[in-house]
Amino acid sequence: MNTLILRTASRFLLPLLLLFSVFLLLRGHYLPGGGFVGGLVASIAFVLHGFAFDLKSSKSLLRVHPGYLIPVGLALALLAAVFPILWEAKPFMTGIWYPESVPVLGSLGTALIFDIGVYLVVVGAVLTIIMTLSESA
Amino acid sequence: MSPQFIIWPVIFPLLLSVLLLFTWAKVNLQRFISIAGSVVSVVLAVALFTYTRSEGVIAMQAGNWPAPFGITFVSDSLSSVLILLASLAGLAVSVFSSVGINSPRVRFGFYPVYHILLTGLNGAFLTGDIFNLYVWFEVIIICSFVLITLGGERKQLEGAVKYFTLNMLASVIFLTAIAIVYGLTGTLNMADLSLQIAKIENRFLVDIAALFFFVGFGIKAAVFPLYFWLPASYHTPPDAISAIFGGLLTKVGVYAYIRVFTLIFPADAFIREVLVVTAILTIASGALGALIQNNLRKVFSYLIVCHIGFMMAGLGLGTEQSFTGTVSYLIHDILVKTNIFLVSGLALAITGSLSLRDIGGLYKQHPWIALLMAIPLFSLVGVPPLSGFWPKISLFGAALDTQSYWVLGALIFGSLLTLFIIAKVWAALVWQNPSEKIEKGEVYGTFSGLPAGIRVRYVFPVALLALCSLYVGLGAEFIMDISTDVALLLKDPKPYIEAVLGPEQSLIP
Repeated sequence: MNTLILRTASRFLLPLLLLFSVFLLLRGHYLPGGGFVGGLVASIAFVLHGFAFDLKSSKSLLRVHPGYLIPVGLALALLAAVFPILWEAKPFMTGIWYPESVPVLGSLGTALIFDIGVYLVVVGAVLTIIMTLSESA
Repeated sequence: MSPQFIIWPVIFPLLLSVLLLFTWAKVNLQRFISIAGSVVSVVLAVALFTYTRSEGVIAMQAGNWPAPFGITFVSDSLSSVLILLASLAGLAVSVFSSVGINSPRVRFGFYPVYHILLTGLNGAFLTGDIFNLYVWFEVIIICSFVLITLGGERKQLEGAVKYFTLNMLASVIFLTAIAIVYGLTGTLNMADLSLQIAKIENRFLVDIAALFFFVGFGIKAAVFPLYFWLPASYHTPPDAISAIFGGLLTKVGVYAYIRVFTLIFPADAFIREVLVVTAILTIASGALGALIQNNLRKVFSYLIVCHIGFMMAGLGLGTEQSFTGTVSYLIHDILVKTNIFLVSGLALAITGSLSLRDIGGLYKQHPWIALLMAIPLFSLVGVPPLSGFWPKISLFGAALDTQSYWVLGALIFGSLLTLFIIAKVWAALVWQNPSEKIEKGEVYGTFSGLPAGIRVRYVFPVALLALCSLYVGLGAEFIMDISTDVALLLKDPKPYIEAVLGPEQSLIP
């Protein structure tokens, strides 16, 4: 789709959608949002960019192949889940929180790290699927 | 050791697959990591086994949410022994797949998916939450879909479609069953369910829910008449994958049967009758199916079905002795079924064919390997003192005690036909002269031309599992001891419930 409107709009929408995805990610846990939704919104941002230009250029925006995000995300999520066992000898997946609330970010804890992991896995998986499909088409 | 330890057999394979994802393109490194990691898994499983054996039932509440609200992981004698067996089978298949799985398949992620499959198996054995059990089942079947289609050969895809359709159906039915039970009791924790289900007045509804579980697990465990997907799909992927499927995947269904029909729906006469009748039909149809097959792996696939019936029969008879039989049969069956699929892989590598009409001459070419193959094959029959013999004694004894002569008849029928089939396989594989096709070199095995280092990796896994099953046969006292422990816990799950919910809660009538 080679229209001027879409191109111009997507240039602005890409950062906005990415920002929105981070907002959703941080808002999660107690409110609707979280890593999965955030990750989907972030991948939509790249897909929209890919529609307006081409997927190759949006791939170069990412710098790394999206497939690499999957193991990184999985590792983050897994470490967040294992952390309580190693740190405080508490059961697997116990939420450990930083006692004070941090401005902008809200409360920090292992659940947030877990969600960031999910976010990365979702972005990685969705973009890998879409790029593989578009390359083979 | 603290109770927190029991989750490690689940986490570790997952960590391993993350590591394997990082080394995506490096085939040989992946093979090395996979084997080394599987050794560590065995060590963890042994630690869990000894820990559980000394402490009894151990419960861990994930996320520190108390039961029955959070997800509980429970290691009792049954789960810990199954995890140990799964890790041994996992190690054997890991070694075998370093030669049995070609590099393109590895480059498409065979190893990460394989280790996530093992994660799913261990998770299913450990979880104490019925919905979580469903989630682990999903992890397992998603991985198995990938493994069964990996490589994308025509026959693989054909088998995968059948496998996929019926297993999805099974998941839906299982989920429906969970929904009914949740609607009835408002809890998903298996220990809590055990208490709540007993209180329900409307037994008819409980039986309906139990039947849903029966059908859902029945498809996964491949019982009559729901087994048709198994012989249609298990022979299609490479041997290493067939081995892990044949050895462990249907056994997860059997494990779920044992868990659900002893803990949640115990000793219900109606369900027991259903179990016994399907067991008899499963034994008969599996054995007869195996009789007429000509492809080595298809013969073994039907034998899986036949022997699932043995375990179901023990579960259905519902005495302590029959539970002992079921559990010890399960122990024997995981080792031996994994091994016979590896044997078929080895036979394919040596002779180049899987057709009983073509193969042969193994004794002339490789007498030692032929001797090695005799161990798993004749353990499967239950020739004393090999491993299949002792569980059958318990099962026969239980059938006699409860005067279930139909069951006894079916067990004897199944055993005799297994003997006949294995004798036929043995005669074809080892003694028969290879067919013209092989003589002329139209089909040929690659095994003899391989360097010794590769050949060892073909034979070692078979030898490892053969040793384990020899131990199960010769050290039967220890195995029967474990099985009796498990049977006692299955008969009276009070220690399990107490470990999960704490001593006070389980006292409430």
